[in-house]
Amino acid sequence: MSVADAGSQVQGALHGVGVGRRGVVGPVAQVQPVPAVAADAPLLVDGVAVTGADAQEVVSRAFEDVAAALADASSRATGTVRDVLAATAQMADDRALRSGVLTRVGAGEPVVAAIDGVVDMFAAMFVQAGGYLAERVTDLRSVRDRVVARAMGLPAPGVPELTVPSVVVALDLAPADTAALDLDKVLAIVTELGGPTGHTAIIAGQLGLPCLVRVSGATGLEDGVVVAVDAATGTVTVEPSSELVDALARRAEVERTLEQDTAPGATADGKAVALLANIGTAADAERVAGTAAEGVGLFRTEVLFLEASTEPTVEEQTAAYAAALRALPGRKVVVRTLDAGADKPLAFATQPDEENPALGVRGYRLVRTNADLVEHQLEALAAAQAATGEAPWVMAPMIATADEARDFAARARAHGIAKVGVMVEVPSAALRAHEILREVDFVSLGTNDLAQYTMATDRLRGELADLLDPWQPAVLDLVAATAHAGLETGKPVGVCGESASDPVLALVLVGLGVTSLSMSPGALPAVRFALRRHTSAQCATLAVEALAAPSAAAARAAVVENLDPEVRTTLGL
Amino acid sequence: MSERTVAVASRVGLHARPAMIFTQAVAASGVPVTIARSGGEPVDAGSILFVMSLGVPSGEEVTLAADGPDADRVLDELVELLATDLDADTP
Repeated sequence: MSVADAGSQVQGALHGVGVGRRGVVGPVAQVQPVPAVAADAPLLVDGVAVTGADAQEVVSRAFEDVAAALADASSRATGTVRDVLAATAQMADDRALRSGVLTRVGAGEPVVAAIDGVVDMFAAMFVQAGGYLAERVTDLRSVRDRVVARAMGLPAPGVPELTVPSVVVALDLAPADTAALDLDKVLAIVTELGGPTGHTAIIAGQLGLPCLVRVSGATGLEDGVVVAVDAATGTVTVEPSSELVDALARRAEVERTLEQDTAPGATADGKAVALLANIGTAADAERVAGTAAEGVGLFRTEVLFLEASTEPTVEEQTAAYAAALRALPGRKVVVRTLDAGADKPLAFATQPDEENPALGVRGYRLVRTNADLVEHQLEALAAAQAATGEAPWVMAPMIATADEARDFAARARAHGIAKVGVMVEVPSAALRAHEILREVDFVSLGTNDLAQYTMATDRLRGELADLLDPWQPAVLDLVAATAHAGLETGKPVGVCGESASDPVLALVLVGLGVTSLSMSPGALPAVRFALRRHTSAQCATLAVEALAAPSAAAARAAVVENLDPEVRTTLGL
Repeated sequence: MSERTVAVASRVGLHARPAMIFTQAVAASGVPVTIARSGGEPVDAGSILFVMSLGVPSGEEVTLAADGPDADRVLDELVELLATDLDADTP
């Protein structure tokens, strides 16, 4: 990868796919790759290979430095990051690990081989113990990578410790990696790989961070160089001009002005449209509590399960759900049951060796192979409801038929869940939304997956992003069919896909009859503003225009042209 | 050689935070202490990696052993620690 030729410096602008509309300016902090060092690489001190006691001294100091740096970083961090770093620091400080490595080095074994040998022994013991410990192998490996890098004089791998607010740049960032980020010091996330509806981008959106994915050459950016990241245009500009910096500052100013409006979402003629937030954890719920979001339209419970190698217990799940409900007293919280599989594999729930996981046993279909997972989750949600006195709305993902909706509703109601719904993200469910709504209290459109399945386009293929566009006429037709069924049955139809966060598309969705919009919290002010400036009749007209257009681009252009001029100017459309 | 046998009180077993607190206490005592599961090999009780890899579940007994003039005092302190739920204040 381009990191290897560190001498090459990127100049000008890089392009990728932006998530959200925000722009920021700040220094680059590169996430360093794992050091690629041969097991028998010589340890060089001032260019001279050293072994024996001299090598022991270098290795011993590397362990000390890594442990001290981690402990120091931990003491300055908060929450989960603090705990993760403290535990990793203690591993680096472990006397058995260190003495094992020093003994091998003293006996003449090359440094990297010695470290790997001892780490592998502990890793094997952890894996054998299974469960919680098997997960900690990742922490152990990260200690290994850091000590090897330190001893061999290479940059420390992984997410760097951020001393100033920075633009985090990586080849790719696993959802678990974002847990190690000190969010107060992250301005934006830029990756070379990934897609705009991949989960790194979604989680970044949830945190309100501008995010750019598929940015070729991003890992070649020099550490510390100042860049402007504009999610609206998908551009990273190296050493931006003062004009660009000013333009981004003006845009941020507009955003701040829009944020002043915290009244409930409604059209200009007063038709209420609930504006909700998408979240993944109880901590997100606490963040949402401080915003003008009227509640949560999508609580993605799989995030709680992502790092687990065994199913979390009912008690653990209850505690997490109760914490989220308690953070938002009296507000609507829609919880989606486990949506594992495809791009969100879980160690204990995903079928190995599926040839086509997006079309396989994923989402609610897990009930066919592992009904206990669903039952335990419903049990925990009912317990959280009892413990908090707050009744969550509960919905199942990947429902294809009315029979599946009926089965889920029966299970949920048996546990005492009062408001039961399903996701509409499979075209069959949209086409038969009327029958599905007879079985449940509400539905929620997941437009990312609905576009994926309607257009036969993998969500993770960035080069097919145009086909995944939620403005595609066929996707809009299916949204319209679902919203129509909602109007006829008098039941709520929400949208919790990323399309709800586009203020232009949001107007079309409302015009079609959608009753609530759920998005990343950062997108709420612009959507609230756009709604406020259009009547429900105008929204209906915009929807007719969008449905009549022959292509995604034409649909959006037609709607933008007929927007309120002030909205167009303010949002820079 | 002094020995003590005690059941691990922490709900999560001797993992995570409880293991961290326990091994830090062993290291701070300055006395070499070993820990073993019933019928298992004793390992260094001051090593978080060894202690964690024992994988001791909540309620299971472990045996601590140490030598020297301070052994009894240190072991008594460590027994008290293991008999407490060290994870009590985390969610």
